[in-house]
Amino acid sequence: MTDTPDAMPQHRAGFVIAGVPHAEGLAMSILEIGDGTALTMIPYADHLVGDPETRVIHGGVVTSLLDNACGIAVSSKTKSFGSIATLDLRIDYMRPATPDLAIQAFCECYRVTRSIAFVRGIAFHTDRNDPIAACTAAFMLNTSDSRKAKP
Amino acid sequence: MSPGEILKAASATGTKPDLVALLAAIPYARYLGIRVDRKGTEITTVLPFARHLIGNPVLPALHGGVVGGFLETTAMLQAIFEAGGAEMPRPVDINIDYLRSGRPVETYARAVITKQGRRIINIHALAWQEEHDRPIATLRGHLLIPEMS
Repeated sequence: MTDTPDAMPQHRAGFVIAGVPHAEGLAMSILEIGDGTALTMIPYADHLVGDPETRVIHGGVVTSLLDNACGIAVSSKTKSFGSIATLDLRIDYMRPATPDLAIQAFCECYRVTRSIAFVRGIAFHTDRNDPIAACTAAFMLNTSDSRKAKP
Repeated sequence: MSPGEILKAASATGTKPDLVALLAAIPYARYLGIRVDRKGTEITTVLPFARHLIGNPVLPALHGGVVGGFLETTAMLQAIFEAGGAEMPRPVDINIDYLRSGRPVETYARAVITKQGRRIINIHALAWQEEHDRPIATLRGHLLIPEMS
């Protein structure tokens, strides 16, 4: 479900993901891309709130952030810009996000087979040891190729 | 009114909460454009297609996070409607299976409570587009019911 920009810097970049409308809507940016890892961020925004009383960001935003970061981690591991698709995504919510703070996601693609990539990640504000949420995901690789081969 | 106030008002009068008002009170649900279609006790959520929901502009396909957030909201609404309570339940964990890419058309979802415990609700939700028999994603999750204060 994630498209990766053509140019992937190896070091801290901090650019907003362009060309993916939903990522743009959340003002999602990539802070770091490594060999199979991605660090992304969403700034706090009023339109992403799940409960105006507590001003806590909705869980769906965390889902978008983690899904996208997982996808970028996969592409950084496979070094391919081919289409990938999320097979499944599990999210454990550890605590509500704190209002006014940006949310970061660090995801790591720790295993790749010919067709599948396995990823795990966490969402947090500034301290990775105090996570808002954790996720594990599996991605299908090269979905566009297989579609061509088997229409 | 905030979601909490809507739930407290319904809880105080022993009526079902107004789900349309509840969605309108959730900024993120408004941002996605989620609507609700209630026929008696049957609740279907509706997500009209919009450009800002796209995660893959090549296909194009809905963002996985949008489908997840939509299913999560559907599950929450169902839990609120059935379980009542004066506060919003909180997601503990969710597991989303993506079955087909979400095409740029209207998406629908329904949720079913599998087990309601005293503190925890186990819930399943399913999203589809043109054909109900061809779901695009399913969600399974646990929601925590806030303790009565």
